[in-house]
Amino acid sequence: MKNIFTIWKKELNLMFVSPIAYVVLTMFLALAGFFFYVIVTGVMRSSIQEMLRSQQFGGPPPPRDMVLDVFRNFFGVLSTIVLFVLPMLTMGSFAEEKKRGTIELLMTSPLTHWQVILGKFLGSLSFFVLMLLPTLIYGFFLFSHSEPAPQWGPILSGYLGIFLLGAVLISIGIFISSMTENQIIAGVVTFALFIFLWVIDVNAGPEGSGFWSELMRYLSILKYYEDFTKGVIDTTSLVFYGSLILFGLFLTSASIESMRWRE
Amino acid sequence: MIQVENLTKRYAGTTAIQDVTFDVKKGEIVGFLGPNGAGKTTTMRILAGFIPATAGTARVSGFDVFEQPLEVKRRIGYMPENPPLYLELSVDSFLTFVGQIKGVNPDKLPSRLEAVKEQCGLSDVGGRLIRHLSKGFRQRVGLAQALIHDPEVLILDEPTVGLDPKQIIEVRELIKRLGGEHTIILSTHILPEVSMTCQRVVIISHGKVVAIDTPENLKTKLVGAHQVHVECRGESEKIRAVLASVPGLKNIQLESSNATNLFRVEMEPGQDARGAIARAVVQSGAELLELRTSGPSLEEVFLKLTTDEIAETAGTEVEA
Repeated sequence: MKNIFTIWKKELNLMFVSPIAYVVLTMFLALAGFFFYVIVTGVMRSSIQEMLRSQQFGGPPPPRDMVLDVFRNFFGVLSTIVLFVLPMLTMGSFAEEKKRGTIELLMTSPLTHWQVILGKFLGSLSFFVLMLLPTLIYGFFLFSHSEPAPQWGPILSGYLGIFLLGAVLISIGIFISSMTENQIIAGVVTFALFIFLWVIDVNAGPEGSGFWSELMRYLSILKYYEDFTKGVIDTTSLVFYGSLILFGLFLTSASIESMRWRE
Repeated sequence: MIQVENLTKRYAGTTAIQDVTFDVKKGEIVGFLGPNGAGKTTTMRILAGFIPATAGTARVSGFDVFEQPLEVKRRIGYMPENPPLYLELSVDSFLTFVGQIKGVNPDKLPSRLEAVKEQCGLSDVGGRLIRHLSKGFRQRVGLAQALIHDPEVLILDEPTVGLDPKQIIEVRELIKRLGGEHTIILSTHILPEVSMTCQRVVIISHGKVVAIDTPENLKTKLVGAHQVHVECRGESEKIRAVLASVPGLKNIQLESSNATNLFRVEMEPGQDARGAIARAVVQSGAELLELRTSGPSLEEVFLKLTTDEIAETAGTEVEA
């Protein structure tokens, strides 16, 4: 446990002295902020139109939780941004250690593989949480200006969803990084895989009922994420994400072990 | 302290080391000598627990490298050929990190940090980023990270490579001082380094151990004959005959005969025939201008061992 903590601390330490972390952080917050603005103005415009329409035709405007609408859209965009940004966060994870030879230091220290892998995984995950934290400000801002007070539940479950989605992507990214000593290759391959996941999701629309769309729906990790943004915390989703995270970490462990045999 | 038995490492298609067997006693400094690609690094990596062996056993302080890797790793300080450094960290924070993962008691870590910085001459650069250090200083940081947990065994892969002559001397002095308290294995392809720092030498070539002995014994025992250069003025054929009459000499060769005659003769091991040579030459009426011996250099031993014997053993293997 102490060793995992030491590795975790080192990972964060190194991230904050490298420019990549700041690039990732800035890109993420700039994109998130921009899309949040676009979504808020969009939702406001549509609700004003609805209000005008109801005034014209009489009758009360349809009940609508605007904050929830904003966040449901926002979480959808956030997942796409995360797909683009996270490869940059994980690409150096093991690749840089291998290139610099520091992997030799870690592997000849009294540490187990799992301590190293978990320390790295938790390091990237912590950074991801740090990336998400500023977006909470948007929420507080909307909350302070909305009447009646909106529901907290779906927003929190949405954040749980994005946290789990990020954890899955990070564990996959770390695995890919462990297979090469070139972090650019690791980044590109991770990015390509994430795009593939995104394509699966686009093809897994709710319509079609054939074998392929069933399969796509089953495979799409973003479909499970949508449940979270709707305020549904399903055990299936939790188990699905949990096992994907473990799967990624296990593959990393196997990849490190096989590297030792090939070196 | 270290026992290595029949250690073998095969990769797809090639054998990096084969049946390497040697042992190192407590407090000893042993040099691993061999040409590039001989298997030095492979052996060291196996000992340090970085890669597993295909066959054979290696034990450090009684713990098997494959069965109790964590126990072994706690007792080993390992410096790979390229020091593993996080360039973005300062010397202090890097060494602190290494101390933590090596399991140094947190209360003792600050004093250990000061001690290794003192030992490796890093006291003035503790706050500097490793990125800004010169090659020589980085090498010292590499050595310091191997020492931080005060390990019983030090494994140093080419510790003086890339240093300037003054730094090389400093590092050798440091290694010598560390011996006795620590057991040290170091690899090198620089021969004087071995005779200066090591008590024993393991010569390895093409993945096989070809000799294990003290540097002195290797010089005398394995090449044997000492050569004598005899320079004299006179008739060369006559002097050759005179030299041939001296007992205990063999292989008399005339090297040059311009103004003077320069002979090179070999003495039988354990005999000093210089007095007899001088007497015989002077009595024959020729003028003796110079008489000097030249022992085999370690280079010659090394070349002989890594070329001849391998050819021979390879030959016998084919026959077998």
